[in-house]
Amino acid sequence: MMFSFRRFIAVLKARNLEFWRDRAALGWNLLFPFLLVAGFAFVFSGEPKAEYKVGVLQQSAVLDKTQHPLLATRFVEFVPYQTEALANQRLAHHQIDLVLDLAANRYVVNPDSAKGYLVEKILLQQWPGATREEVTGQAIRYVDFVLPGILGMNMMFSCLFGVGYVLVRYRKNSVLKRLQATPLTALEFVGAQVISRLVIVLVIAGVVFVSCQQLFGLMMLGSYVLLLLVAALGALSMIALALLIASRLQSEELTGGLLNMTSWPMMILSGVWFSLEGAPEAVQWFAQLFPLTHLVSAARAVMLDGAGIADVGVQLTVMGVMSLVFLAAAAALFRWAGDGR
Amino acid sequence: MDAEQVVSATPAVLAVSQLCKSYGALKAVNNLSFSVKAGQCFGLLGPNGAGKTTTLEMLEGIIKPDSGAIYYQGEIASRRHFQQLGVQFQQTALQDFLTVEETLKMFAAFYPNPADIAELIQLCDLQDFLTQDHKKLSGGQRQRLLLALALVNQPQILFLDEPTTGLDPHARRNFWSLIQRIKQQGRTIILTTHYMDEAEQLCDELIIVDKGQIIAQGSPQTLLRQHFEGALLQLPDPGFLPQMPAGQQVSVQGGQLCIQTPDVQLSIQALLQQQVPLQGLLVKSATLDDLFLKLTGHALSAVTPEAA
Repeated sequence: MMFSFRRFIAVLKARNLEFWRDRAALGWNLLFPFLLVAGFAFVFSGEPKAEYKVGVLQQSAVLDKTQHPLLATRFVEFVPYQTEALANQRLAHHQIDLVLDLAANRYVVNPDSAKGYLVEKILLQQWPGATREEVTGQAIRYVDFVLPGILGMNMMFSCLFGVGYVLVRYRKNSVLKRLQATPLTALEFVGAQVISRLVIVLVIAGVVFVSCQQLFGLMMLGSYVLLLLVAALGALSMIALALLIASRLQSEELTGGLLNMTSWPMMILSGVWFSLEGAPEAVQWFAQLFPLTHLVSAARAVMLDGAGIADVGVQLTVMGVMSLVFLAAAAALFRWAGDGR
Repeated sequence: MDAEQVVSATPAVLAVSQLCKSYGALKAVNNLSFSVKAGQCFGLLGPNGAGKTTTLEMLEGIIKPDSGAIYYQGEIASRRHFQQLGVQFQQTALQDFLTVEETLKMFAAFYPNPADIAELIQLCDLQDFLTQDHKKLSGGQRQRLLLALALVNQPQILFLDEPTTGLDPHARRNFWSLIQRIKQQGRTIILTTHYMDEAEQLCDELIIVDKGQIIAQGSPQTLLRQHFEGALLQLPDPGFLPQMPAGQQVSVQGGQLCIQTPDVQLSIQALLQQQVPLQGLLVKSATLDDLFLKLTGHALSAVTPEAA
C-alpha cells in the first residue's frame, strides 16, 4: 500500500495532541532537561579541572587553605583526609598523587606514580625542607575502578525501569485491574515483583562480573559473600524506590520522565565514572541521598580495598533503611486500579 | 410450576439499593436498585455510556459507590464476597508472554479451591491453543480464555461485561451456547450487553438502563408483552402519514414508517386503500431495541451525549 501523507498527518496530529494534553508528562519533559543542565552546571562549576590530586592530613573534614601557602597552588586539587591509613591506601592505588602532613612537615609519595613524581617537583619548590616518605603499590586500573560503577548503574536501570515502568503499564492496560479481582493481595503481587527483579539483576550482575573477571582479571580483595550482600541490598533499595515512584501513577510518559529524573542524577553523581572525593561538599552531600552512591562505594571498598562488613556498615545500614522507608511508603501509597477493595 | 415461578421462589443472591456513582458533574449511576435471584441470567441492557460497566465494577468491588448498598446473600458486600465472584471485564490485558495454559494455572493458583483445569479447558473449548501465547489468540478464543479465567474459582455468581463485543456472528453464537452451558450448571450470571438479541437469547430478567437510571425491568418477554401488542410493520416513508384504524400507532423513525398494530391484515388493507407502496414492507415482532427506542426516543446502539 502506498504511503498516505493524509493518514500520516492524522496519526501525527493525534499523537501530538495526546502528548500535549498529558500535561504532567509535558511538564516533566520540559523540566527534566532544565534540571539536568542545571545539575551539570552545578557539579562542574568553579575552577577548571585540576591536573593533580593531593591528600592533606588534618583533623577537620573541611580543608583549611590558610594553613600553608602550598594549598594555594593552582591546578592541584587538595583533598582532606582524617586518617593517614586511608590516604596512604589511595596513594598506593594511584588514586591520589601525594599525601601532605603539613603539621609534621612531611609528605608521602608513591615512587611508581608518574604524576606523583611531577607533583613532588612542583611542591618541593615551595616546601624544600619537608621530609620524604614512600608507599608502594600498583595503580588501580580504570577498569577495576569503573566496573562496580557500571554494574551498579546497570542494576539501577534494570530495577527502576524493569519494576516502575512495567507496573505503570500493567495499571494502564488493566492487568492490575484483573488481578485486583482475585484474592491476590498487594503485598503478594508487589513482593513477587521485588523478588523476581532482585533475582534477575543479581544473576545478570553475577554473569557480567564473572565474565569481566575472566576477561580482564579484576581486582577483588574482599569477600564475595559480602559483595553479594552489598549488591542485594543496593538492588533492593532501588527496586523499592521504583515501587514508590510507580505506586499510583497511570501515565507511562510521566513515569518515564520521573524515572529518568531519578536515574540520570544517580548516574552522574553517584561516583559511577569518577570518584566524588574533591567534588563540592554540597554535591557530596546530595549524592548521599542516592542508593546507588552507597552501592558503588561499598562495592568498591570490598573489591579494591578488601573492606570487611564493619568497614561498609554505614553503606549497608543506609541501603537497608532506604529499602524499608521506600517499601513502607510504596505499600501505603500503592493502588491497583480502582478504589473498591 | 414453570421456570419463572421457580426463579421467583428462590431468594436474591444479590441485592442493590440506591446505588450512586458520579464522575465530576456526570452521574454515571443514579439511584439504581434491583435484585438478582439464584440461577438467573440477569441482564443490564443499555447503550454505551449508560452506566452498565460502572454498576458492574461496583458490584465486583473494583470501584467504591458514592452511596447506596450492595448485599450478597443478604449480607453487606465485603472482600470475602468479592473474592468468590467470577469476573470477566470488558477490557482485560493479561501478563505478557504467557501461554493460555500458563495463564490459567497462574490464576488457579490465586484461589484456595480452584476448578479442575482440565474440565475448564474442556468446557471453554481451549484445547486447540493451550500452548499458544495468549496475545496471538483470535477474538473468540480470547473471550473463551477470559471466561475460563472468570470460572477458575468455581464462582456461583459470574459477571460478564459485554463479553461478545467485537466478535463475529459465529463466535458470538458459540459464546452464547457456552454461557447457556454455564447457566445449566446452576450458576447466577450477570451480563451487560448492548446487543438486544443477546439479551433476548440469554437473560431471564433484565433491567434497561439509560443515563445511569433504570427505565424498564422484567423478563424480555414480559417487557415486550407490556409495551407491544401484535406486530410491527416497517416500510419506507411514503412522504405522508397514512390514516390508520383505531388502536394502531403510526410514526416515522429514521426514514421508516413504523406501524404498531394488533391486526396486520387490517393495517395492510388500510395502506393499500391509501395507495401506500408496499415495496420494502417488513412485518416483525417487536424487539428490545424497539422497546428502548419507544422508551427513550433513541436507539440502543446510539451513544448517549454524556458518554460522548
